[in-house]
Amino acid sequence: MTSPLSEFHLAQPRTVKEAIAARLEHPGSRFVAGGTDLLVNMRRGISGPDLLIDLSGIDELTEIKTNGRGVTIGSGVTIATLARNTLVAARYCALLQAAEAIAGPGHRIMGTVGGNLCLDTRCIYYNQSEWWRRANAYCLKSRGDICHVAPQGQRCHAAYAGDLAPALLVLGAEVDIAGAQGHRRIPLGELYVEDGRAHLVLADGELIAAVHLPSDPPPSAYAKVRVRRAVDFPLAGVAVALAASLANVSSLRIALTGTNSRPFLLAGTELFIGRPIDEKLLQEIDRLVQKQVQPKRTTIVSANYRRAAAAALARRMTAKLFAERMA
Amino acid sequence: MHASGPQSKGRLLKLKLNGRWREDVVAESELLVDYLREVARLTGVKIGCDGGECGACTVLIDGEAVPSCITLAARCEGRHIETIEGLATQGRLSRLQRAFHEKLGTQCGFCTPGMIMAAEALLRRNPTPTNSEIRAALSGNLCRCTGYVKIVEAVEAAAGQLHDR
Repeated sequence: MTSPLSEFHLAQPRTVKEAIAARLEHPGSRFVAGGTDLLVNMRRGISGPDLLIDLSGIDELTEIKTNGRGVTIGSGVTIATLARNTLVAARYCALLQAAEAIAGPGHRIMGTVGGNLCLDTRCIYYNQSEWWRRANAYCLKSRGDICHVAPQGQRCHAAYAGDLAPALLVLGAEVDIAGAQGHRRIPLGELYVEDGRAHLVLADGELIAAVHLPSDPPPSAYAKVRVRRAVDFPLAGVAVALAASLANVSSLRIALTGTNSRPFLLAGTELFIGRPIDEKLLQEIDRLVQKQVQPKRTTIVSANYRRAAAAALARRMTAKLFAERMA
Repeated sequence: MHASGPQSKGRLLKLKLNGRWREDVVAESELLVDYLREVARLTGVKIGCDGGECGACTVLIDGEAVPSCITLAARCEGRHIETIEGLATQGRLSRLQRAFHEKLGTQCGFCTPGMIMAAEALLRRNPTPTNSEIRAALSGNLCRCTGYVKIVEAVEAAAGQLHDR
């Protein structure tokens, strides 16, 4: 038998409103969608809610809708459903590639868009069994006083490792957040802050209801590096969206995951507008990525490798998108 | 909502297991893998890691292959769960089981039930998969004997694609 989960109650609301009310009524509760991240952490004693609020029975969260202004993807849409959607495949290539690269086939059947966006941050000192963490005096992210990755520092450096977020960032996505006071809509980038302990700006009782995508994004792509080609989280993941006019950049967005405590859009790419896409430009992209990523020793692979890999992915994917456009 | 209060810890679970409906009282915090092994005594479902990384616990839920070690039993109400024990009929091995036996797709055997269930889901939705489709479908399952070549050959054989060499 597996070591049993600490006992909890399971609530299965049918509406977002009921889910939020249950969450606010029970301070020790957590939302659960696919459970592929949370239940692993619960098995490891990292999280021990007394009430799990199951979002999987809420029909209003599972739709993919389109209108003239773009596409709305419900947070309860599973990764496998997203990867099979023809509209996503046709228009949002980076999102399709990110969905196909998440974990393993079984996780994609269970996991959801909202769950992937809200994925907990990860670190080799955190994603361990209870006895391992206890023997190591825990860590700053959970029950401990120091960050073993940066013992002199004041913050947790656990890395965000969701795959959908960078793809959605370069595609210009916004998220619809539901709370007790109603809905609010923010650019996806504003959902995250650079703190491994609390990287989401969601307040108690808030949940992501949907993701909105603009209707006509430029060509895009996503790729990541990892040790095992399935199941593993990205050591570094990069999404690129490139629009070019003749051989020059007309818009370029690059977003990263796996290197920082949040996924983020690379700053400064607007300076490349109007420039020809040549080796010099690709080298500048490489340098820009290396300057802005902040990988720490949170994975079994060195921080330097992840920094170099992120830069190489950004460079290669920009070149590839350009080549495909010219083909 | 189906919930009462946090003090309520058990519920009656009705599901179809290998083709037969059954009811059991389960704790709401019980994992599907523990329900299958400890309550239903279906020990063909294996536990190989501490959370969804190895695929040894793979079962079918409504025909889809998922890791039962990160699935709550209580969320399977009304659904059809299939395990390796449900594949053979009247003592006759299924085509996949036979192929794993004949093509030596099994070494120590620990990963085999998960491998076969993942392959079973694949062959039901795609009876003639390519080699890369088989590899993709089995990518969530680890074999520590590293017998992957024979495993993939067994699935190809079951799909009727492998011609005798």
